Amino acid sequence: MTTRAWNTARALRLVILSIGALVFLAPYVWMLSTATKPREEIFSSSLALIPHQWAAVENFSKAFTRVPMLQLLMNGVIVCTIILVVQILVALPCAYALAKLRFPGARALIAAIMLGLLVPIHATALPIYVALSGAGVLNTYFALAAPFLISVFGVFLFLQFFRAMPDDLINAARLDGMSELGIVLRVIVPNAWPAITAFSIFSVVAHWNDLFWPQIVVTETAMAPPPLGLIFFRAAEAGDDYGALMAATVVVTMPLLVAFLLAQRRFIEGITLTGLKG
Amino acid sequence: MDSIALPASGRAGASDPAAAARRSETLAGWRLAGPAVALLALLILMPTIAVVTLSLTDFELGYDGIRFVGFDNYIELLGDRTFLISLGNTLTYTLIVTPLSVLIGLGAALLIEAEVRGRALFRTIYFLPVVSLLVAMATVWQYLLHPTIGPVNALLRFIGIAGPNWLGGSDTVLLSLALIGVWQAVGFNMVLFLAGLTAIPRELYAAAEVDRAATAWDRFWLVTWPMLGPTTLFVVTISVINAVKVFETVSTLTQGGPNRASEVLLWTIYQEGFVYLRVGYASAMTVVFLAILMALMMLQYRALDRRVHYT
Repeated sequence: MTTRAWNTARALRLVILSIGALVFLAPYVWMLSTATKPREEIFSSSLALIPHQWAAVENFSKAFTRVPMLQLLMNGVIVCTIILVVQILVALPCAYALAKLRFPGARALIAAIMLGLLVPIHATALPIYVALSGAGVLNTYFALAAPFLISVFGVFLFLQFFRAMPDDLINAARLDGMSELGIVLRVIVPNAWPAITAFSIFSVVAHWNDLFWPQIVVTETAMAPPPLGLIFFRAAEAGDDYGALMAATVVVTMPLLVAFLLAQRRFIEGITLTGLKG
Repeated sequence: MDSIALPASGRAGASDPAAAARRSETLAGWRLAGPAVALLALLILMPTIAVVTLSLTDFELGYDGIRFVGFDNYIELLGDRTFLISLGNTLTYTLIVTPLSVLIGLGAALLIEAEVRGRALFRTIYFLPVVSLLVAMATVWQYLLHPTIGPVNALLRFIGIAGPNWLGGSDTVLLSLALIGVWQAVGFNMVLFLAGLTAIPRELYAAAEVDRAATAWDRFWLVTWPMLGPTTLFVVTISVINAVKVFETVSTLTQGGPNRASEVLLWTIYQEGFVYLRVGYASAMTVVFLAILMALMMLQYRALDRRVHYT
C-alpha cells in the first residue's frame, strides 16, 4: 500500500465519519438553536441556526413556569433513587447467596431468575396496574417504582460477578466470625464496585428515560417524571410553541447527557450491559 | 444479625457439627435471598400468571364481574383489524430498523476502529442518542420533520424537492419513525461491534496479509466478518427485540395515527388495556406479544451462548 492510497482511504473515512457525525448531532444543534429563537423566526422556517433576536430567556422561563419543571426533575430523581437503592439492596445479598452459599432451592431460584429475564415490564404491567389501581395508590412514587423494585437482571449480573470472586476472601472473613450479612457489606460490596457502578448507570438511564410505565400509573403533572412531564407540557401548552418546547427538552435531556459526557466509558459499559438483557 | 452467622466450627450441643453448619448455611442463604424471592414472586411470577389467566376472561376494569371465556379473546384477535394492522406495522418497522441500524452500526464501528484520530470523539457523538431522553429527542425530530417549518423540508426545498409530510402522512409515518429508531439505535450497535472488533486477534490480520488478502476489502471478508459472526448475530437479535418494543416515539409523536398507519403492538396494548381498560382482551394481546418476545430472546440467548464459546 502506498502512502498516497492510505491518505485517500483515510480522507474518505474521515469524510464519511464526519458526515455521519453531523447527522447524529443535527437534532441537538437544532434543539439548542430553536430553544433560543422567538416564535416568528421559528415559523419563518429559515435554516439559520443563530437567531436574529434572542428569545432564550423567554423560552426557558416558559419551560420552567408552564409546568413545574423542577418538580418533574425532582420526581425523576426520587423515583430513580428509590428504584436503584431497593434494586441493589435486594439483588446483592441474593446474588451473593446464590454464588457463594450452598442451600437447597438455590438452583431452582437461579432457573427462576433466568426465566424472569425473559419477562419485560410490558407483560406484567396489566396485573400490576390493576392491583395498584385497586389499592388506590396510582399517582404515587410507590406506583412509579413498584414494578422495578426487583431487577432480575441485577441479580443475574451480580451473580456472574460474584462467581468470579475468590472464595478465600470469604472464608477468611468467616473464620474471623463475620456474619453472612457482614460479609456482604464488608467484603463483597467493596469488591463489587465496578459491577455496582455499571448496574447503577444501566438502571438510572433505563428508568429516567422510561415513558411506558409512568404513562400508565400517573395522570397528574405533579407526579410525572421528566418524559411524561414533557408530554403533558406539550399537550397542555406548547402544541406548536416549539421554542418553549425545545427549551423544555434541553432541560430534561441535559442531566443524563452531561453525566454521560463526564463519565463516558462507564456509561458505555453500563448501557451495553443491556446487551445481556434485551 | 449474628443469627445468620455461619459457625466456623460446630456449635456445642449439635448432634453433628457438619449438619449444623449445613443447616445454618441453608438458613443464611434463604435469608439473604428472601427479599428477592418474595419480590420475584410478587412482581414477576404472579403478574405473569395473572396476565395469562386474565387473557382467558372478559375482565374490564371498572365493571364488576369477571367471566371465564376460554380462548374467545384470542379468536377475537384473529379478526381484529387494528391488532392485525398493528402486528404488520411492528413487523415493517422492525424490518426497516434492524438492517439499517445493524449495518450503519457495523460501518461506523469499522471506520472508527480503523481511524486513529478522533476515535473517542466519533464514538461519543454516535452514542449520544442512546443516552438521550427518547421522548425529548422525538419532540426535536417532530420539529425537524415538520412539513412547513421543519429544517429537513427546508433543506429539501433548498435543493428543489418538495418534502413529504413525514409524520403526518400515512405513507411516510412508519418510515419516519423507523429513521428516528435507527438514529437512536446505531450507537448502541456500534459499541457492541467495537467490542467485537477489539476481540479479534491482530495476528489473524497479519496472517491474512501474508496469505492472500491484499486489500482492506479482502481482509474484511477473510477475517473480520467471520470473526464478527457471533457478535453480529447477537446485535441483530437485540435490535429486533428492541424494535418490537417500539413505544416511546409512537406515543409521543403519532399516537398510532394517521389512520392507524403507525399502530404498533405496545401502543395497541396500551390503548386497549390502560385507556379503554379492557383488561382481559389486552391481556390476550400481551400474551401474544410476550410469546413473540420470548421466542426472540431464546434466539438471543443462543447467540449469546455462541459468542461466549467463540471467543
